[in-house]
Amino acid sequence: MALLEIDDLHVSFKTMDGVVRAVAGVSLSLDARRTLGIVGESGSGKSVTAQTIVGLTRFPNAKISGRIMFDGRDLVSMDADHLRDIRGARIAMIFQDPLSSLHPFFKVGHQIVEAIRVHEDVPRDVAKRRTIEALRSVGIPSPEERFDSFPHEMSGGMRQRVMIAMALALRPDILIADEPTTALDVTVQAQVLELIQALRDDFGTAVILITHDLGVVAQMCDDVAVMYAGRVLEQAPREVLFDGPQHPYTWGLLQSIPRLDAPRSDRLSPIAGSPPSLINVPRGCTFHPRCPYTPPPALETEPPLEEAEPGHLVRCHLSVEERRRLWQSLQSEHPALR
Amino acid sequence: MAVAAERAPGAEVDESLLVVRDLVKHFPIRKGVLQREVARVHAVDGIEFDVRRGETFGLVGESGCGKSTTARLITRLLAPTSGSIVYDGKDISSWTERRLRPLRRDVQMIFQDPYASLNPRRSIGTIIGEPLRLLGVSDRSARRVRVREVMERVGLNPEHYNRYPHEFSGGQRQRIGIARAIVLEPKLIVADEPVSALDVSIQAQVLNLLQELRDEMGLTLVFIAHDLSVVRHMCDRIAVMYLGKIVELATGDRLYAHPRHPYTGALMSAVPVPKSAAGRGRRRVVLAGDVPSPVSPPPACRFHTRCWKAQQICREEEPPLESKGEQDVAACHFPLSEGEVDALTRPSTE
Ligand SMILES: Nc1ncnc2c1ncn2[C@@H]1O[C@H](COP(=O)(O)OP(=O)(O)OP(=O)(O)O)[C@@H](O)[C@H]1O
Ligand SMILES: Nc1ncnc2c1ncn2[C@@H]1O[C@H](COP(=O)(O)OP(=O)(O)OP(=O)(O)O)[C@@H](O)[C@H]1O
Ligand code: SF4
Ligand code: SF4
Ligand SMILES: [Mg+2]
Ligand SMILES: [Mg+2]
Repeated sequence: MALLEIDDLHVSFKTMDGVVRAVAGVSLSLDARRTLGIVGESGSGKSVTAQTIVGLTRFPNAKISGRIMFDGRDLVSMDADHLRDIRGARIAMIFQDPLSSLHPFFKVGHQIVEAIRVHEDVPRDVAKRRTIEALRSVGIPSPEERFDSFPHEMSGGMRQRVMIAMALALRPDILIADEPTTALDVTVQAQVLELIQALRDDFGTAVILITHDLGVVAQMCDDVAVMYAGRVLEQAPREVLFDGPQHPYTWGLLQSIPRLDAPRSDRLSPIAGSPPSLINVPRGCTFHPRCPYTPPPALETEPPLEEAEPGHLVRCHLSVEERRRLWQSLQSEHPALR
Repeated sequence: MAVAAERAPGAEVDESLLVVRDLVKHFPIRKGVLQREVARVHAVDGIEFDVRRGETFGLVGESGCGKSTTARLITRLLAPTSGSIVYDGKDISSWTERRLRPLRRDVQMIFQDPYASLNPRRSIGTIIGEPLRLLGVSDRSARRVRVREVMERVGLNPEHYNRYPHEFSGGQRQRIGIARAIVLEPKLIVADEPVSALDVSIQAQVLNLLQELRDEMGLTLVFIAHDLSVVRHMCDRIAVMYLGKIVELATGDRLYAHPRHPYTGALMSAVPVPKSAAGRGRRRVVLAGDVPSPVSPPPACRFHTRCWKAQQICREEEPPLESKGEQDVAACHFPLSEGEVDALTRPSTE
């Protein structure tokens, strides 16, 4: 039994322009001590998926269906009070912009102490000691003094470390990190990623890491789901996804990025066009307007997410053999893909 | 300034379109009723480099190291505190706005956030044609013809001439910014993080467009980014900046094959590589701490507070930017050896 099991999740929002189908049938599962990466371009539904797990998309204009099983209970149908107990203490979340989750008028130490005391019945001085320990372990220099800093007195990297310290102090079962390093410099990103890894290794915390950076996924994740237009198009263990990706969109992403680890190429081979509007999602395969391999059924019916090999799911009408052949020929054209 | 230009390492004077020497920009921090200067941000603190005609020159470094300030100095959107900027043989560092006007045609800039740099109340046709109007092309239909031509060239539909910026996606807005930059057929374009806000598939499209335009128009390009892979892909030579200084300058290939400065090495080892076996066995240098404040940068070598190779001399004497082999220059007392580079960048077999 997985720690977290998302089954056929749909989330849509009614807006002035029409209904935004942000998540359209996502199923994912996460085990303890594992890191699941969700990767995809802007607007593919990554954040909405993550936020829905902890009940942050329950807006009046939202329609949510499907199940999210955690610890034997369904988070989608759970009442708000119970969900609040789970959020933070058992499922923690950190965002791209830590300022949005830190209160600007309270000292950071105080905020962590309060977070601990909301979920656990411990005296203030014990909570404070744990907070300082947590700040120290995420590499905040002189944590006793930093305890009394306000969020705006810290750099972006330091604020992100404070958020991780909060997660550390609460020891959640699951950490959901939504683009935690996107706003940070690479050297600071390296520090933050290391901390997340340590959290997993030391406490067995399972991690859902949302990013648009395939490099971060390769470094951090055990399993990867590639999202596009509210759907998972490909899902596989990390090695499988990077050694033998089978979806044309994944190939497109890999071909779009300049690589430090390969000889310089003359020109990149980007995916044509741009991602679709989630109000008018293309019929059939959602990727077909941008796909160079469109076979006729792609225009009519949406391919199911099917197992291409054990543990490797792909949503594409092409046959497994065809996709293998196409990937090999791409590799022979582009040394960077080898 | 001709004297200064002559000591450009490895470059003939007339090969260079832009020669920058001892360039400094400090921003005063003022306080109180009297607005007295209490401190200074050392945004750019004595840098020198040449940009050769037709090359793509890269500036890379982390947030706040002075890349955008450098861009705004060499395009003279800012006046330097001191130092010289020689463009096409003329020292423009202290020219007045009036004198700079003809130059505004030759030198254009592209910004990171296309939305913030586009007037939301103007149609994109007007925005792209603005530089023509400022230059005194008063014939509206002539402007329109040229604008439509440029729109077509950058992959925008000329039919959309009368639309407004908010009707376009991020990638299209960046194309608008590029169209506006090339409408006067400039010689030099300074692109400050032109693709940093874009998704990877769109980023690749815009990078390809910039390369095509550069080749077609014989442009010289100064390309600024914090993403090392993007800079490496685009540039012939690359300068790495840290806290207002250039710490290393080399051709892209040599910089990646053999970084000399520990900071460059650390930057490169921090870039995650999208490969299944990546990172395993690789010695990733995780730098401790944050970049120090540019208000009071560390003395001598500015990197010493985070450098794992730092010795006493690094805290006492500033290492000069000097040759470390071929035409590469680096500012370090103890540059990385080949063995050290191997450990940083290549996956080991263990
Ligand atoms: N509360 C809301 N009301 C209406 N639409 C919304 C709401 N929240 C998200 N959306 C829309 O849902 C879609 C998916 O958004 P989501 O934030 O999940 O994308 P993402 O994959 O996280 O992208 P990014 O990489 O930009 O963060 C987008 O089109 C977004 O505009
Ligand atoms: N007008 C200004 N007044 C005061 N300080 C400034 C001004 N412009 C820039 N600075 C400061 O100068 C330093 C260099 O800034 P700059 O914008 O050049 O950095 P950058 O390398 O472009 O960073 P980023 O990657 O974040 O764009 C920073 O500390 C910045 O805060
Ligand atoms: S189903 Fe067709 S259009 Fe969709 S990804 Fe596969 S080949 Fe491309
Ligand atoms: S001079 Fe010293 S402190 Fe500076 S980069 Fe070189 S070794 Fe490190
Ligand atoms: Mg998001
Ligand atoms: Mg900048």
